[in-house]
Amino acid sequence: MMCENCGKRPATVHYTQIINGVKTEMHLCEVCAKQKGTIEFDAPFSVTNFLAGILEPAFGPQMIKPSFEMQITCRGCGMTFEEFKRSGRFGCAMCYNSFSEKLYPIFRRIHGNTKHVGKIPTKMGENIAIKREIDKLKIELNIAIKNEEFERAAEIRDKIRELEKKLSRE
Amino acid sequence: MDDVVVTSRIRLARNLSDVPFTIKMNDYDAGLVIERVRDVISKNKQYKFDFYEIKKLPFLKRQVLIEKHLISPALVSAKIKSAVAIDQNENISIMINEEDHLRIQVLYRGQNIQRAWEDANRIDDFLEGHLPYAYDETWGYLTSCPTNVGTGLRASFMLHLPALTLLGYMKEIIETITKLGIAVRGFYGEGSEVVGNLYQISNQITLGQPEEDIIANVVSITNQIIEQERQARLKLLSENRSFIEDKVYRSYGILKYARNISSNEALKLISDVRMGISMGIIKEVTIDKIDVLLNLIQPAMIQDYFGREMTPEERDIKRAELIRKILD
Ligand SMILES: [Zn+2]
Ligand SMILES: [Zn+2]
Repeated sequence: MMCENCGKRPATVHYTQIINGVKTEMHLCEVCAKQKGTIEFDAPFSVTNFLAGILEPAFGPQMIKPSFEMQITCRGCGMTFEEFKRSGRFGCAMCYNSFSEKLYPIFRRIHGNTKHVGKIPTKMGENIAIKREIDKLKIELNIAIKNEEFERAAEIRDKIRELEKKLSRE
Repeated sequence: MDDVVVTSRIRLARNLSDVPFTIKMNDYDAGLVIERVRDVISKNKQYKFDFYEIKKLPFLKRQVLIEKHLISPALVSAKIKSAVAIDQNENISIMINEEDHLRIQVLYRGQNIQRAWEDANRIDDFLEGHLPYAYDETWGYLTSCPTNVGTGLRASFMLHLPALTLLGYMKEIIETITKLGIAVRGFYGEGSEVVGNLYQISNQITLGQPEEDIIANVVSITNQIIEQERQARLKLLSENRSFIEDKVYRSYGILKYARNISSNEALKLISDVRMGISMGIIKEVTIDKIDVLLNLIQPAMIQDYFGREMTPEERDIKRAELIRKILD
């Protein structure tokens, strides 16, 4: 087999990639493989495809008439939501806020979740930890009220107030 | 060493909040990120890191790092300046400007995921103390791709599953575990092919679960696969003993005496021998030794071992020579 790039030398380097179950092969000679610098698995392409698949059912119909949709642009990097959809990549940390509303269905599709419950960086951590604790206590409070455990509910309410005071002091 | 788990790996994706992400980055930004991270890493007292700028590395050295799984193909093909810091034991690598500004990766041989997580977590804490991470209260660690947001964590195992493959169970297993949020990949990760019956399995969900739960989920599914692979090996041994013995010894024979061998063929044969050792058929070689071979037979590793560039034809001859030497 000859190299697919130059057609001059025999192909000795063989790459295989599987995208959505479709197998694509690439056969290159040593020289052309070296010029390419490395094995290019073309990951961004596969992720884009993957994302497009995820996005279609949610946004498909609306996307056909883009004139009805306001173009959202990230204040941080200038990326548009269209551009994000095409590349499958965010342009900067602010994109998350800029596209905020549109991200919930996407994250739900990918992760089945829209809220991080894992590690909190220690530097910015304390406030977040307190807020998380308050959220948890509020759920407990509702349960206590539902079960008519009013003494316990009062206890929890005090704890929440105390934590909220701590937050506002920051 | 480990009959089924070849390696355990943890990866954390992190970004800086004050620089565009890699897709919107120019070479100047990329260079600045590299310098900032290099500076921070040099302050670390606990590990000793070697630092490499990818574009300054010779082609062969880059390939060696890929074959050792210390860097990803994506880091090398990055359009902007990229770099990597590697600890001297070659367990930890911090990739800079891959898909994310930072990819902290810890890789150990055998079943060592907990240790890998502890190391990765510690390095993450250290870096976070010196760099402004992109983090959001609701969405956690902000990553370049929405598939990594939240924890930015990928926990993965490289599993050697020759018996399940031979018995034709893998298709069904892959279908089942994919439904449980586990991804199955080949030897070099995303998009790569399964060779030598080596499968990489890892979590797909990164948002909405704490790190410990994500890891525990991958571990529990891995443990079930390990158990099935061991059962399958016993089944093969009890029902097809002479077939298996013949297969294992033939492969061992070729490895021991071949004069010319490609990396793909070598991988397949090594896989048989590895299974044979775990079944007690081959006693004169250890799994440790076989796992050394598993690494060394790769194209760039061969050239690195002999200290010079070679044509593919020459490599196949030298590969056979090296295998004979190690198995002797
Ligand atoms: Zn060519
Ligand atoms: Zn942006």
